[in-house]
Amino acid sequence: MKITTVRRISQTFFLLLFFWFCFVMTLGERWHQLRGWPVNWFLQLDPLAALGTLVTTGTLFRGMVWAVVTIALTALLGRFFCGWLCPFGTLHQLIGYLAHRKEKTLARAAVNQPHRAQRIKYYILIAMLAGAALHLLPFADSASLQTGLLDPIPLLYRSVNLILLPFADGAGLPVSPLPRFYEGAFLIGAIFLTALFANLWIPRFYCRFVCPLGALFGLISRYSLFRMGQRESAKCTQCHMCEKNCEGACAPGDTIRIHECVLCMNCLHTCRQARMTYSTALSAQGEILSPDLSRRGFLISAAAAGAAIPSMRLSGALAANWNPNLIRPPGALAEADFLSRCIKCGQCMRICPTNIIHPAGLFEAGWEGIWTPILNYRIGTSGCQKNCIACGNICPTAAIRPITIEERLGTGAFAEQGPLKTGMAFVDRGRCLPWAMNLPCIVCQENCPVSPKAIVTDTVYALLHEMEIIEADGNTLELKGKLEPGQAATGDYFCTIRGRGIGKEGESEGETGNGQHGAEEEGGGRIRITANTESRLTLERKWDSSPSPRETAQIRIRLQRPVIAVDRCIGCGICEHECPVRGLRAVRVTAENESRNEEHLLLL
Amino acid sequence: MEKSNFNRRAFILRLLKAGGVIAGAGAAGFLFYDPNGLPRPGQEMAGVYLPDFSLPEQKGKMAVAHGSDREKTLRAALDAIGGMKAFVQKGDRVVLKVNAAFASPAAISATTHPDLVEAAVRVCFEAGAASVIVTDNPINDPASCFSLTGIGPAARSSGAEVMLPREDLFRPVTVPGAKLIRNWPLLYGPFASANKLIGLAPIKDHHRSGASMTMKNWYGLLGGRRNIFHQDIHTTITELAQMATPTLVILDGTVTMMQNGPTGGSFSDLKPTQTMIVSTDPVAADAFGATLLERKLSELPHIGRAEAAGVGTADYHSLSPEILSNIS
Repeated sequence: MKITTVRRISQTFFLLLFFWFCFVMTLGERWHQLRGWPVNWFLQLDPLAALGTLVTTGTLFRGMVWAVVTIALTALLGRFFCGWLCPFGTLHQLIGYLAHRKEKTLARAAVNQPHRAQRIKYYILIAMLAGAALHLLPFADSASLQTGLLDPIPLLYRSVNLILLPFADGAGLPVSPLPRFYEGAFLIGAIFLTALFANLWIPRFYCRFVCPLGALFGLISRYSLFRMGQRESAKCTQCHMCEKNCEGACAPGDTIRIHECVLCMNCLHTCRQARMTYSTALSAQGEILSPDLSRRGFLISAAAAGAAIPSMRLSGALAANWNPNLIRPPGALAEADFLSRCIKCGQCMRICPTNIIHPAGLFEAGWEGIWTPILNYRIGTSGCQKNCIACGNICPTAAIRPITIEERLGTGAFAEQGPLKTGMAFVDRGRCLPWAMNLPCIVCQENCPVSPKAIVTDTVYALLHEMEIIEADGNTLELKGKLEPGQAATGDYFCTIRGRGIGKEGESEGETGNGQHGAEEEGGGRIRITANTESRLTLERKWDSSPSPRETAQIRIRLQRPVIAVDRCIGCGICEHECPVRGLRAVRVTAENESRNEEHLLLL
Repeated sequence: MEKSNFNRRAFILRLLKAGGVIAGAGAAGFLFYDPNGLPRPGQEMAGVYLPDFSLPEQKGKMAVAHGSDREKTLRAALDAIGGMKAFVQKGDRVVLKVNAAFASPAAISATTHPDLVEAAVRVCFEAGAASVIVTDNPINDPASCFSLTGIGPAARSSGAEVMLPREDLFRPVTVPGAKLIRNWPLLYGPFASANKLIGLAPIKDHHRSGASMTMKNWYGLLGGRRNIFHQDIHTTITELAQMATPTLVILDGTVTMMQNGPTGGSFSDLKPTQTMIVSTDPVAADAFGATLLERKLSELPHIGRAEAAGVGTADYHSLSPEILSNIS
């Protein structure tokens, strides 16, 4: 079997494996739904993700240590990852091949010539690593991990998770049983498709000019033991066949650019003189080991990052100007630590069973936080479910810590510190139905999952109408005035007599959070209305002392008005998700009081 | 020169092509001309309604069994009113409407207990049911609700199909004579071919309506922006009780959520009440459930109003239910 056939089998295998990992990344009971599949494996093999987090945090989190294997193999074999494993590279190669397959040999060789712009990817890499290393300078404390923007593995995960799979969700395919939404997914998709379509112009456009991971491999491959090259024993006839399908644009027939060679090995068999070889010997026409990077270019790239990251932070988003709408998943680190770990891969957004984790846009997390996870309680099938810790346990870099249920709920060993809080709910009394419009509702209180509930109620009997009594007879009242028949018969309306008091008005019956019923009935001055015609009320029982004509009857509605129990609210957003005021919700969660940032503490 | 080829024949051909384009455009304009725009929305009152699933000969049946084993109490209570065979016959296609509202574990009792689901499915199949569909439109994430509560695995392991509330399974429903439930999305998919409906509800405190039992359980068949119904919850529950006429309801008071409902969340919200109620009259079942919840009927206006609407009787004593104690 030809070595290129073996390579194609390898590429196909890893591409399918990648898609398989994306496919199984759904919580569920079926055998293929996240049953211990190593769905983060590609991210862990990615030395850029590893190096980035190593620089920002000084550690390699759990599986990130796999990157050592990749680096070791690269030092042995060269850029095997790009040519044999990288699923994004495989897609580029496939599209590039399809787009250019009918062109003449010389035209294809021309498009595969080394290009000055291939240096750009090294400058991108330098800028990203410089940004990540900024905190190592004595006078700067701000480091920011931005490798995930262009690192192909997080980019592909993000694109598949947030663009491709959502097309399959809810379409009867065994992915997510209900359709999913991702805010701002368009931009992610546009970048993904642009990267793919660029292959129509130049094959492996992204790999050659943009990919910072490829650049990192390029820098390592100068040390590689085995490399492509020409042997002395055979002559070159300048036929350019070796360049016809050269994926890396590394000039295999000339002085080979070792750092650009992706080991596609297409030159090996196409050379009619059998001059090409993969060996430990030096290439006959010499080798160029490293990209031609100027000191000036290096400094400019590093300085650009050194200026960009602190400039981004001039917004104050990490200081006093923090965005209250930036609610991170439960277990997320404090913002500065979070930004030094998150690689924007979108794994948490995919695994979230309620679809509330979304890629942040510019206005939510700023330039630095673009595509980092943010909770959106309007989208999705529920708020953040308090018995779920999926996001923290899939996060490859522990930007969201792998918490336990116990820690999340504040039980067992965590009883002292209490439950994790993602934020706190606030009732907008100008929009809330019982507060603003005297309409019963209390959906938020019912759905509050905390026990005792973090939303208590103030029960009031709001006065709606006053009418003079014409005649009182047993449990009926004949009134002067006009009511809509049946209007007061819903069970929520009560009658009182002016001047007699209304019982225990304003008492906060939910104070203990358990909604004790029954106490109010004995209360005295109010009786529930069971039926009404235009001018007659039927009451549940007789008055203790029957009202006399010309006294005034009052029609009141019983309202339970929600009040947040600040010490119990965990910011799960279920109230916000369920609030019947669907536009701007009448109860909304902000990042106040979130556990992860001490300076957001609200309570004494 | 081209000129020499352009003869009369070519000119006529060109004329014909131009005429064809003009005729085509004219025809399209004539066919698609619309002087009105869209009609005013929301005027159509089409849609589906739930058929009457009750069996006339089984009217007013009720039995209550005390015990802690849900399968045993269910079987005992069913046997007391003629066994499941009296309600489900060979070849029947049964829908079990469970309460799977919240993604919380079964032990929290905020949802129908999986043991009860499993027992009910099994009893249906034993009676000869051809298919059993377990369904609900929960409040929390549907897939999580069905799996975390254990209802999904219990239903599937006993041979039933679980139907999650996909958008395309909803149809607009109008309850005849109703004020509120008009042209409202109803989870109709499971009923497309069903001929029996059994409701399985736990007994729970409910801050707005006072209690959540068999009639409130039909709320989970609604879709859309159903939360606005809380503005008039008692009328809504009454209309729901008119909308769904089940073959049978099973009200599980093995454990009752006395406070902090309908979500609960703590064992201290629960009380072991060791009771399984089976009835063909949801009003009677709920009236009995109210005693376990220690609520007066006057605190639960929807029960009285459902009775007044002719759904059933709140005076469950009049059905002389058989009370079976110490089932174990």
